[in-house]
Amino acid sequence: MRAFHRIGRIIGGALLLVALAGGASAQDYIVVQSTTSTQNSGLLEHLLPTFQARTGTQVRVVAVGTGQAIKNAQNCDGDVLLVHAKPAEERFVAEGYGVKRFDLMYNDFVIVGPKADAAGVSGMKDAPAALKRIAEANAAFASRGDDSGTHKKELSLWQGSGVDLAAASGSWYRETGSGMGATLNTAAAMNAYTMTDRATWIAHQNKGELDVLVEGDERLFNQYGVILVSAETCPSVKSDLGQAFIDWLLSAEGQAAIAAYKVDGQQLFFPNAEPR
Amino acid sequence: MQDFAEAFGEAFRLVASLDGNLAEIVVLSLQVSLAAVVAAAIVGLPLGAALAVARFPGRGAVIVVLNALMGLPPVVVGLSVYLILSRAGPLGVLDLLYTPTAMIIAQTVLVTPIIAALARQTVADLKVEYEDQLRVFGIGPWGAVTTLLWDARFSLATAMLAGFGRAIAEVGAVIIVGGNINHVTRVMTTTIALETSKGNLALALGLGIILVTIAIAVNVAVASMRGTAVRSAYG
Repeated sequence: MRAFHRIGRIIGGALLLVALAGGASAQDYIVVQSTTSTQNSGLLEHLLPTFQARTGTQVRVVAVGTGQAIKNAQNCDGDVLLVHAKPAEERFVAEGYGVKRFDLMYNDFVIVGPKADAAGVSGMKDAPAALKRIAEANAAFASRGDDSGTHKKELSLWQGSGVDLAAASGSWYRETGSGMGATLNTAAAMNAYTMTDRATWIAHQNKGELDVLVEGDERLFNQYGVILVSAETCPSVKSDLGQAFIDWLLSAEGQAAIAAYKVDGQQLFFPNAEPR
Repeated sequence: MQDFAEAFGEAFRLVASLDGNLAEIVVLSLQVSLAAVVAAAIVGLPLGAALAVARFPGRGAVIVVLNALMGLPPVVVGLSVYLILSRAGPLGVLDLLYTPTAMIIAQTVLVTPIIAALARQTVADLKVEYEDQLRVFGIGPWGAVTTLLWDARFSLATAMLAGFGRAIAEVGAVIIVGGNINHVTRVMTTTIALETSKGNLALALGLGIILVTIAIAVNVAVASMRGTAVRSAYG
């Protein structure tokens, strides 16, 4: 019988642990599907406490690539989508998953690479031409390769350069299949070129021998949008709380909070919501 | 080597400053992984013992599959549990995705085969020793399972520690079903992954050192409990 007492105690302990760990908090919360750049740059940690203090609504952020964020939201596993791939976002709304898309903020992409710059692209303003030169030099280029917003943008620039990526994959063109930070770590270790959003770049702590080489091309513009997931498609969506979060982000206060976020004295995101 | 020195510095700084965030993350890691190990033991120990005692057609194949499942890739487990717990999945109404409970479920799936397979081997070895006594006393299969499990309890603690090691160290499953949400589902391994992606390599490694230290502490605790129990059981 001793054994059974022991087993009973173990089961009781297990249930207690599960209850402790899984205990649902009484607090209202929403789930935001977002991108790694907003988290890795520290922007969300800067914004969310203000909103939470104001409304008492906890914002739970799942930071993944834009492709996966959209997929998760299509599975109704989020209330708000905050990503940066405008065509994919518009498709998300058109297909009935989202209520309406709002421009939120922007920054830009930059092409970074080794300071030695074997391909000689430093100072170029034409991003596809710079990529072409990197390809011609057979210089290592680290691509996200993960269907993220950054990856989609990179592919559109390669398309403009006329380089055959399929043939280069595995030689000088290296798809990491990882997030921006991981890809920057890889690029730093390989002394490779890569394309990154400026926010992640500035906040990244492991730059190695890399530096910004190409910037200022208007095609490197990086627009972020925010969308409420549709309660018609996903009845579980907390529309009121989600909309309140979006309204705050788009409000004068939210926009000012985005503008106020700086790392090393540099502004990372530039609010550009339409005044409402 | 600079990085390693820095990492130990970071680890020491975090522990010495009694960082509140760190404590929260450590406690959640332990809660999730210990709960998963206990749940996996409740299923895995009887299952493993039953497989050691019972004789039925196809038993060999079941054992091979069970042993192979010890190598379940965490990402695959995470993805499967995600698809089941997702709002679009069969158990979506339970609203468990992105909660610690979802992480416990995923780790339980991951750990159960390990505990069951190791328990089967342990009990099978003991059964060879006990075969004659079990027959002489006319103990049936159910009695044999409980007797063998009880008498093998000290060896089975190692099976549970193996399961705990797997659970506390994995990141692939919990990051998918938990979402690495700050203050909700962020654990040691997902924090290490996040800090690595931010390029904070020394901090990430420092957290890794703390994680290993905690794993050692848990093993020491079990070893000392076992020592006390063995002394009281066998005088």
